Amino acid sequence: MSEGAIRNQMTDQTNEVRDIIFGTLQAALPQARPLSGDTRIIEDLGLDSVAVMDFVMEIEDKLDISVPLDKIAEVETLGDLVATVQRLKQAA
Amino acid sequence: MPVLDKYAALAAQYRQLEEAGANPFNVKFDEVLSPTEAMIGGRKTLLLGTNNYLGLTYDPAVVEAANAATSASGSGTTGSRIANGSYGGHARLEAALADFYGRRLGMVFSTGYQANLGIISALAGKGDHLLLDADSHASIYDGSRLGYAQVTRFRHNSPDDLATRLRRLKDEPGEKIVIVEGIYSMLGDTAPLKEFAAVKREYGACLVVDEAHSLGVLGETGRGLAEQAGVEADCDFIVGTFSKSLAGVGGFAVTDMEGAEILRVVSRPYMFTASLPPANIAATEAALQQLRARPDLRRRLNENALRLYRGLERLGFELGPEPSPVVSAIMPTPEAAFGLWAALLKAGLYTNVSLPPATPRGLALLRSSVSAAHSPAQIDHAIALFAETGKGLGLANAAPALAAAK
Repeated sequence: MSEGAIRNQMTDQTNEVRDIIFGTLQAALPQARPLSGDTRIIEDLGLDSVAVMDFVMEIEDKLDISVPLDKIAEVETLGDLVATVQRLKQAA
Repeated sequence: MPVLDKYAALAAQYRQLEEAGANPFNVKFDEVLSPTEAMIGGRKTLLLGTNNYLGLTYDPAVVEAANAATSASGSGTTGSRIANGSYGGHARLEAALADFYGRRLGMVFSTGYQANLGIISALAGKGDHLLLDADSHASIYDGSRLGYAQVTRFRHNSPDDLATRLRRLKDEPGEKIVIVEGIYSMLGDTAPLKEFAAVKREYGACLVVDEAHSLGVLGETGRGLAEQAGVEADCDFIVGTFSKSLAGVGGFAVTDMEGAEILRVVSRPYMFTASLPPANIAATEAALQQLRARPDLRRRLNENALRLYRGLERLGFELGPEPSPVVSAIMPTPEAAFGLWAALLKAGLYTNVSLPPATPRGLALLRSSVSAAHSPAQIDHAIALFAETGKGLGLANAAPALAAAK
């Protein structure tokens, strides 16, 4: 595979991870909210620590990965979460 | 100084509760009269939220043991277990616990919280993997942060999800340690331990069971869920507390694992805190003797539990999934939980409010716990108060109860 093709494939995967995370989160929120990579999960969405872990569990199921709790603790924004999940998915 | 600014929103809520004169997180028992009654705010109050499962806090043998131990050995040890704080009583209690569970080793910690911290952090080291049930108690989560293992949580009471996560770790180096509880403290539900044990065997994991709320409650001889489920041999470590069925304070672990004595010099929450005072150790040993000698306490406890569960169910409250000494009514909102709690207390009934993130799935709970010391009449009185106040607040549907009474 050429370098360009690898890059394209990675972008596709990132988009897929992003779509899954945003979609799962929208479904979990009581009302629809505009979401972006800069959205802060706890401060902006008002989720508590357990709600965040429960939401990550949905993503773990959909992508067949486990996200360790220390990795979740480091995440502040949705962009951080996409990057973390992407790294774990690649390593899996 | 702005160090507390991060708690501003929470502080505002706390202030509101204080100003309303009904803060469930700051109740003073002016005088405790018995395992089931106390004076609160000048009123004699029925206690239905003290986890005093076997009602042994005033048992004459337990109280006498505490008094005698204080007279003989003093008020405190002024030391840690590894320095000057291990007395004969500590060793005797450890032997008594090991004997009760039929295990080689017993270890006593200064609280149940520290027992979880101490066992989990010592078993799961760097490079190991800890797998926690999602609804685990705060002490299990905190213990997992004290060690250096990688921590993931599996879906509450789901052996399938545990298996999925162990499969993902199949080719990873490091030990896999699984933590579940006997009875979960918030909703009173039990773990499917037989199924968890099968998964543990399949993947060669180490299984730790916290029986804090199930010791003295479940099992033929009161050893807990592992005994009831017939899988004690698969449970590598049992952790528990003295502050519920055993009517004192402290925690313990028992195990058959070869070489587990080493935990005494690697488990920091065991090593770096003062040991329990003689009175507490002697009282706990006496309470354990009562637990073993009086199976009727367990029978009465479970009868009371069922009586309360069925009573609240008839009133139309949505409850945890199965009857147990923890009976929690699921409230529509935290405000409803505060409202019912305050109304019950005013009517002379003490219960608990449990809120997220301490509760699963964001639930607001009005939590009760029953005791073997409650009389059936006290349980019925509590149910009647739930009916009155719950109906007044629109939280209970009294119609089914009336129909049942007719």
